[in-house]
Amino acid sequence: MADSHAASALAHQFEDLEQQHDAASLGMWIFLATEVMFFGGLFAGYTIYRNLYPPGFAAGSHMLNVTIGAINTAVLICSSLTMALAVRAAQMGKKNSLVAFLLLTIALGLAFVLIKLTLEWRHDYWEGFAPGLNFTFAGPNAKSLELFFCFYFLMTGVHALHMVVGVGVLGVLLVQAGKGRFGPDRFNAVETAGLYWHFVDIVWIFLFPLLYLIGGRY
Amino acid sequence: MTTAAVNLDSRAHYLNADYGIKSWLLTTDHKRIAILYLVSITLFFLVGGIAAVLIRIHLIEPNGAIFEPGAYNKLFSMHGIIMVFFFLIPSIPAVFGNFLVPMMIGARDLAFPKLNLLSWYIYMVGGVLVLYAVIWGGVDTGWTFYTPLSTTYVNTNVISAALGVFIAGFSSILTGLNFVVTIHKMRAPGMTWFRMPLFLWAMYATSLIQILGTPVVAITLALVALERVFHVGVFDPAVGGDPILFQHLFWFYSHPAVYIMILPSMGVVSELITCFSKKRIFGYSFVAFSSVAIAVISFLVWGHHMFVSGQSIYAGIIFSALSFAVAIPSAIKVFNWTATLYKGSVSYQAPMLYAIGFIGLFTMGGLTGLFLATLAVDTHVHDTYFVVGHFHYIMVGGAMMGYLGALHFWWPKITGRLYPDGWARLAAAVIFIGFNLTFFPQYLLGFLGMPRRIAIYPPEFQVLNVMSSAGASILAVGYAIPLVYLIWSMRYGPVAGPNPWGAKGLEWETPSPPPTENFPQTPVVTEEAYAYGK
Amino acid sequence: MQGHVVPKKTYFFIFGSLLALTALTTGMAYVDLGQWNTIVALIIACCKATLVVLFFMHLRWSPRLMRVVLLSAILWLAILISLTTTDFFSRGWTPIPEGWESSLLRPPTLPGNLLHRR
Repeated sequence: MADSHAASALAHQFEDLEQQHDAASLGMWIFLATEVMFFGGLFAGYTIYRNLYPPGFAAGSHMLNVTIGAINTAVLICSSLTMALAVRAAQMGKKNSLVAFLLLTIALGLAFVLIKLTLEWRHDYWEGFAPGLNFTFAGPNAKSLELFFCFYFLMTGVHALHMVVGVGVLGVLLVQAGKGRFGPDRFNAVETAGLYWHFVDIVWIFLFPLLYLIGGRY
Repeated sequence: MTTAAVNLDSRAHYLNADYGIKSWLLTTDHKRIAILYLVSITLFFLVGGIAAVLIRIHLIEPNGAIFEPGAYNKLFSMHGIIMVFFFLIPSIPAVFGNFLVPMMIGARDLAFPKLNLLSWYIYMVGGVLVLYAVIWGGVDTGWTFYTPLSTTYVNTNVISAALGVFIAGFSSILTGLNFVVTIHKMRAPGMTWFRMPLFLWAMYATSLIQILGTPVVAITLALVALERVFHVGVFDPAVGGDPILFQHLFWFYSHPAVYIMILPSMGVVSELITCFSKKRIFGYSFVAFSSVAIAVISFLVWGHHMFVSGQSIYAGIIFSALSFAVAIPSAIKVFNWTATLYKGSVSYQAPMLYAIGFIGLFTMGGLTGLFLATLAVDTHVHDTYFVVGHFHYIMVGGAMMGYLGALHFWWPKITGRLYPDGWARLAAAVIFIGFNLTFFPQYLLGFLGMPRRIAIYPPEFQVLNVMSSAGASILAVGYAIPLVYLIWSMRYGPVAGPNPWGAKGLEWETPSPPPTENFPQTPVVTEEAYAYGK
Repeated sequence: MQGHVVPKKTYFFIFGSLLALTALTTGMAYVDLGQWNTIVALIIACCKATLVVLFFMHLRWSPRLMRVVLLSAILWLAILISLTTTDFFSRGWTPIPEGWESSLLRPPTLPGNLLHRR
């Protein structure tokens, strides 16, 4: 017989907590599958055009700052670590650790977006690499370079949007965690948010080499 | 059978469990959400239908009876957008899927009831955006939004229409997600995969398509909107972009989307054929696997919309061959339904008339699809009324018949009332006649060379066009009749009882209308599906 | 029910591996491998993604159904990309009449361009 704490954690449509947990996980994995296809449209377009215009894409990639890109990659990997530790803390009912790790994850996510906005996009805009807003590059391969920057801003922009949404969700969880809502019988929300967060990290893991490292730096 | 207003409130059920607008707009009961969808998609069907009526009236005259070409372009675009995204795609899944999936598997609700309600709100937001686009000047790119017309050359409400579709797509994704998780994780004890009603297999396959395909069209339409706003030209030839890429990304979803529209109807037909032949389905596993096969193969054929677009001819050959393959599982279903009828004790109430109509009309539509899949033939009939005839046979003769059949079959369960079967059969006959008169001439028109999406046509096509328009007026009457008697039945129809059709299935073992929690205890399943004893 | 709790040590080990692989992929970009640069970078990215999926996302300890979901998504993306590219890369197989060539959208010919073009 489930005790009263567990019974309140069980939604009425489910038979037991295990079914509820499995349903939540499966639901999030299916949602991530839809996100793979969502980003996939952009990756498909990118693949076509990169293979149609290798010099233009390589030239565009060389305009990006590898160091900042690598640092941002490391920032996201750190945030995945803190997120995984947050889920672990929720599973074990360690409220203070959970709050701390959620805070760290949010901070790292915001750091990523800030680095992107201030050090990269602002710089690209002033340098004349922003299609539609301020594109003034006029060298060889100008057209395919503009196409590269279309994809650069689209892909990193959609990714950053996902990060911001993730930060928002984690913020909500942070508030709930502070009120002691999560524990060994009730951590599905943290775990599914974690799955989403790691997925956004994985998208960046592919974006970094595909955007920053085209054609090598030698 | 009395026609006096009989009160159903002697016991508690989902309709009288709570009263007031908040209890409907904030409900998480899958049955109430199904009703919310039923009302909204009927309204969208009316809007799309009005556009269709206007088109058919306009086409009575070779030079166009009413509209300027620009206005005509807006009409067929809006007809397509509303009918595809706001009627056909949600229709059976959002109404009957929502109502029946939990009941058929013996659950109290879907896996994520609040997400279900969110799906409806997302759908409504998308719908409002598209209605805004329709009312404030329209959109004239066709429902296919081809670039660079949509990104660069038109001055109509492309952004709001594309955004509306984008948002409605998420409703579709979340509904599909809900169904897949529910079917995997919440089947009642004893309900193995191969004891599920075939309607659930169809809903599962449909959900797979919704999950895997819709995100691609979402990002594609977002790209169109961004290109219009920021001139970020991914499809713009001026920077080396290729408009054909748009078509690839668009049709990667939109071809499987047509199977989102037809698979649920096929699931309905399996339920109707077995119930009204009082016989087990012939070849259960073939029908079940064919649903999944259709879902999978449907993702491999999208290039058949692009045979004359500039796509490589070698890609065209591959897509043509695969398009022949996708017809096979559909044909398997038709053979199995026919075999189910054989030596059954067949009765011809209205739901059965719709099911039989489906089988005949879908077969015709499907066979003409093979014509279109043939590269050489398509070169002649692409962008003609042959295509229009083909997909209307499938969407109206197929999907719509399935929807009406479902409506008439499960109406007693949903409302607790019976409708007059005589009027229902009459409506079915009128719809059948009106439908064929409307759309069969279009095959002939297309073959003779009349192009689609153009406001005027050569005078030699007038006779067939007038026939088609006459048929449309009959079809409209046919659709109006059920509105009348179904609404009448809600107050004056005889009380239905739990199982007016003598059908098999867990949903028929509950009272009509069902209680909010569906089953007082979780049922245990011990028999096969369609255990009619033959 | 707690679900599977992963030891902190495992998480830190994976974290370290991910940072090391990031350093590796960045460093490899400065080495001339010709066309293999891209392939190496993608292989490293796949390794990193696999580590995140298996350990941070707990797929190693999850029911088989989740793996099916993930693999299906990857397969479907592969279908989208591969069938679309067959169009673009087989356009060059049909000879274009004199004077019809577009200077901008010159299709590369298969299969050479992916491996030999720089």
